[in-house]
Amino acid sequence: MFKPTVAGAFALSLLAFSSLSATADPLSGTSGNASGSATVTVGSADFPESQLLATIYAKALQAKGMDVATRLNIGSREVYIPALLDGSIDLLPEYSGALLSYLNKESTAHAPDEVLEALKEALPDGVTILEASDAQNSDMLAVTRETAEKYGLETIGDIAPVGGEIVVGAAPEWRTRHEGLVGLNEVYGIDFKSMKPLDVGGPLTLSALVNGQVQAANLFSTDPAIAANDLVVLKDDKNLFSAQNIVPLIAEAKLTDDISSTLDAVSEALTTEDLVEMNGRLAQHEGYDAVAEDWLTENGLN
Amino acid sequence: MILFEWLLDPANWSGPYGAPTLIWQHVVYTLAALLLASAIAVPIGLYVGHTRRGEFVIAGAANVLRALPSLGLIVLLVILFAPVFASDLAFIVPSLVVLILLAVPPIMTGTYSGVANANRAAVDAARGMGFTPLQVLLRVEIPCALPLIFSGLRGATLQVISTATIAAYVSLGGLGRLIIDGRAQNDYSQMAAGAILVALLALVVDLLIEFVAFATVSRGLTRRGTNRFSTVRRLLKPNRS
Repeated sequence: MFKPTVAGAFALSLLAFSSLSATADPLSGTSGNASGSATVTVGSADFPESQLLATIYAKALQAKGMDVATRLNIGSREVYIPALLDGSIDLLPEYSGALLSYLNKESTAHAPDEVLEALKEALPDGVTILEASDAQNSDMLAVTRETAEKYGLETIGDIAPVGGEIVVGAAPEWRTRHEGLVGLNEVYGIDFKSMKPLDVGGPLTLSALVNGQVQAANLFSTDPAIAANDLVVLKDDKNLFSAQNIVPLIAEAKLTDDISSTLDAVSEALTTEDLVEMNGRLAQHEGYDAVAEDWLTENGLN
Repeated sequence: MILFEWLLDPANWSGPYGAPTLIWQHVVYTLAALLLASAIAVPIGLYVGHTRRGEFVIAGAANVLRALPSLGLIVLLVILFAPVFASDLAFIVPSLVVLILLAVPPIMTGTYSGVANANRAAVDAARGMGFTPLQVLLRVEIPCALPLIFSGLRGATLQVISTATIAAYVSLGGLGRLIIDGRAQNDYSQMAAGAILVALLALVVDLLIEFVAFATVSRGLTRRGTNRFSTVRRLLKPNRS
């Protein structure tokens, strides 16, 4: 989900071209912004949830009468953070833990407040974060209802005594990652029977968990498949997995009180459950605009 | 040299993720796929080549099979088979199916064209000598077809060795593990090790098949024997000739 992609690089080069053709002077840095400091350009990463959140930000700001342009589906963090710093975009939805580990690989912060605190220190000059939402899209360990009942599992730690009977399915990088098998062993003392390297919370992992090729799997907390398949999410009571609160990342030059109060209200209203439901609608091929507008209406934000 | 870092680390040459285990798994997948593919493709090729019936069908089938995208197919099959097998078979069967579908066309068309293009004079002579159709097939057409059968097998083997890396995409072992895990862990020397080992394995196996072909193809077809062995024999016992 947070990987650099060829598509992302391609999208950025397209962006670069379109901004070149839009102005007479190709060397002026912020030329892409349809001129004038009043317009806020909202960008997003290249996966559905990020595009949805960017759409929600854009529509909330528009509802307050602000001038908004959107540049969605840009690519991975390696591509859109430079775009934010050079002024091609001004505002992005971000995930606190993932952004922190991008900016500071050594950071050991895991709990939501720690992560936000460390993030504020790690941010480059010229950009800032607003209020974070309680909504998170974090790594988690899920089991089927049947497995949870069989072994009496509620927290991740409950696996430790029965780890020898459990095969875990996850992305290949989990084998060597601290927020993966290494940390599960060090923090919770779990020795799994084995690990099956599958995809990043995608269809292979889900299928293997539901059909019993693996007994536990790494999924993401806003995945609608969790509710759809009656899966049980094990509580991470020792905060192995970083908090991934959704937080607006914005260029300081564009920040006004209106913008911050509008986006704070969005963050305040947004919950993880809302994201699960909206991701479910996106998975049914509903458009970003319709899903975003419904949510804003429900919460009285437009 | 980052390229050889992984290969030169002795820790990577033992254990369940060590190179010997992965190479062995890769060889097992390859052999299983080639044996099963040959069991399907060779009889069909022999039948069609010998009887000249159904040539259109196998040409069409071979082309269709070649167009299948392996990576897409393996994911689709895993998801389809997952409810059927609770065990690892849910990953093994789809991987084998994909590799078999890849190996069948070259073996089948090689066998078919080898038999169909066996020297007509030799086949007619065999009939004239009173050979039964089965004898014609076994003693004339197959020996004449061996160079093309081996060339089909070599093509299939190279494709299967390189494509068996996708078994790792659906959680199995083999050298693809190094490529896929290396990419996921941002470890380029591990990825390079996977690529190098796949290439080496392909070369070694290709040479082995070449050697088997050298040893089994009739000297009358390759015309090697008249130059080397019989000359030597004549020189050793000059009074015989």
